[in-house]
Amino acid sequence: MATVPAIDPKTIETVLIVPAMHCAGCMAKVERGLAGVSGVASARVNLSARQVRIAHDPALLAVDLVEALDCLGFSSQPRGDQFAPAVSAVRPLLPALAVAGFAAMNVMLLSVGIWSGADGATRELFHWISALIGVPAIAFSGRPFFVSAWSALRRGRTNMDVPISIGVVLATGLSLYETAIGGHVAWFDGTLMLLLFLLAGRTLDAAMRDRARAGVDALVRQAATGAMIVGKQGELAWVPANALLPGMTMRVAAGERLAADGAIVRGSSRFDRSLLTGESAPILVGEGGLVHAGTLNLEAPVDVAVSAAGGDSALAEIARLMEAAGQARSTYVRIADRASRYYAPAVHTLAFASFVGWMIAGAGLHQSLVIAIAVLIITCPCALGLAVPVAQVIASGALMRVGVMVKDGSGIERLAKIDRALLDKTGTLTLGRPVPDAAALAALPDEVASVALALASHSRHPLSRALAAALSAAGHRAAVLDDVRETPGQGVAARWQGLQVALRRPDAGAGMATALDITGQPVRLIAFADRLRPDTLPALAELAALGIEASIISGDSGTAVAEVARATNLFGQSSASPTDKVEAIATRQRGGHKVLMVGDGLNDGPALAAAHASIAPGTASDVGRQAADIVFLGDSLIAVPRAVRAARRTMRIVRQNFALAIGYNALAVPLAVMGFITPLLAAVAMSTSSLIVIGNSLRLVRAAR
Amino acid sequence: MSSLGITIPIALFMGLLSLAAFFWALRSDQFEDLDGAANRILLDDDEAI
Repeated sequence: MATVPAIDPKTIETVLIVPAMHCAGCMAKVERGLAGVSGVASARVNLSARQVRIAHDPALLAVDLVEALDCLGFSSQPRGDQFAPAVSAVRPLLPALAVAGFAAMNVMLLSVGIWSGADGATRELFHWISALIGVPAIAFSGRPFFVSAWSALRRGRTNMDVPISIGVVLATGLSLYETAIGGHVAWFDGTLMLLLFLLAGRTLDAAMRDRARAGVDALVRQAATGAMIVGKQGELAWVPANALLPGMTMRVAAGERLAADGAIVRGSSRFDRSLLTGESAPILVGEGGLVHAGTLNLEAPVDVAVSAAGGDSALAEIARLMEAAGQARSTYVRIADRASRYYAPAVHTLAFASFVGWMIAGAGLHQSLVIAIAVLIITCPCALGLAVPVAQVIASGALMRVGVMVKDGSGIERLAKIDRALLDKTGTLTLGRPVPDAAALAALPDEVASVALALASHSRHPLSRALAAALSAAGHRAAVLDDVRETPGQGVAARWQGLQVALRRPDAGAGMATALDITGQPVRLIAFADRLRPDTLPALAELAALGIEASIISGDSGTAVAEVARATNLFGQSSASPTDKVEAIATRQRGGHKVLMVGDGLNDGPALAAAHASIAPGTASDVGRQAADIVFLGDSLIAVPRAVRAARRTMRIVRQNFALAIGYNALAVPLAVMGFITPLLAAVAMSTSSLIVIGNSLRLVRAAR
Repeated sequence: MSSLGITIPIALFMGLLSLAAFFWALRSDQFEDLDGAANRILLDDDEAI
């Protein structure tokens, strides 16, 4: 398995996203199962990205591969362009980090020799070797800082990288001069260690962003990224969403999401529009009726004439709203940058002042320069550079272990400040999917339940799937059925022990329900409803305890919202359009409040982008997940207060880290200005302060509990 | 002091060797799927593929 066989030039590669893979067992099942499919040359899983890369015969289509994986019990979908792996932020930093680590260790070894008394020719030799290792290593590892500092300076600004770059370049230059004239001190060790620590901080920061992004991308749910198109001669072809054109006819099976807006030309069905509008009750649309992209076909297959696709659809309108809403948030300045805004000028002034001071005192150009560099190196924001990323990485790692994924560090910073929360109803406070009535299921005799499970397992209809999941979870086993037939729009029928049995749509009634019909027995009606997420009430109580005032904002009708508002004891606003939601957030933020938006639907997208911080459940629409700062997995809403509490704890640690780093500077800087800092002292002081900051941040390991 | 002439080059050579090994690993995509690598050791290679 370790050696990849020479790739056959006749094969092509397909990458499938398989969100449900999470362990070695899944990996083996997928790889071995796919290898058994004829036409597949090789399959290799990437577990971090939840993807499988398949080399196969060009005759084999992606749809066939998805089917093959479906038989193995894994839902998957071809990776679209939007999910191509984003450029890794860690990758370019790793070589720099490795070189800095290697060079710092070797130069430090030589420096230990010098500090313990190497003299004369030996010291000169050691200095030369240090220079030989140090100068190329500094040039190579320092590039990320030099590039960033240069681009800031060119635009007449300054950032954290400017003092770092100046310090590093000056220290290297002076060390070279000292080496050349056979002087007593060289700063190669301190400079390299500075770069090493700073790069470590950067790499951690980048690693967090990479990991979270991979996790969010992996969460792709079965949103339609294409449609089955019916040609003029009745031929079927799978067309990706971005290639759909007005006038095409797409066939949408029950349980599928629409990829484009359109009008129904054949058939009629109920559609769940909750993702688009927040409305929970499915609506019946017949021939000629308009349906929108993102809605879920619940009942029967229909043919839809595409009227608008891509940029013209109702989805695109929401995307435009989101773009406008997200602009407010982009003005947020991260805490590290805010700190460096004051820090960088202070450091420069201090170093320059000590240079001028010593010149006036008559110390001579050389000694004054040495002292100024000592000030620069000792004040270089080593601990400051580590203070924020280390704390945020550890906290987001802790959150990830409990199923909360933080997309980037600034999300934690913003989440820590919120004092108001707006929650969407459908799909956020509730599960957003039909759940069979627990009382009705409990009333079923064992034998009947096993028949129901067997029937439901033969259909891909959303209600059947929900029923099958609930019955299997209750420990029932499927009965053996003969002669199973599924009639689209009607239900599943079969023979069981000589009796006709059927799971079909009820004869009357508007709500979501299914009828279980066994010959000789009364028809049993199983009602389905959207339920509150588990732990909703404890989660809301905890939010209140954190001082956060929560309320509901939903696009659903007044009565549906009132029902949930009563159950949760919250104030609710109903029939809110995406614009209303953004407006509600803006009103509160103008009042000086920081608002957290929790939502999942497409209609929440603009609000998620506009709020100070936002959280979406893992079942949210692609738009919702992309707009949110934080995505939580699983059903329980307790993840929301948990994330808020972890964010606040993280920021408390970050502030402590800042205090520690600044406190250390307050002690060390006077010594440096007076000219008492030797390279040994600088190296020791620098590592101690960094280690203290890391140690303090490690207390966040249990932050998410 | 003559021992330095041998030990320092040896130390540097070994350091460079590990640096080269790291770069080789980076080039050959060994850091692409860390979760997968951690889980792969649990797979039984004996099972028929």
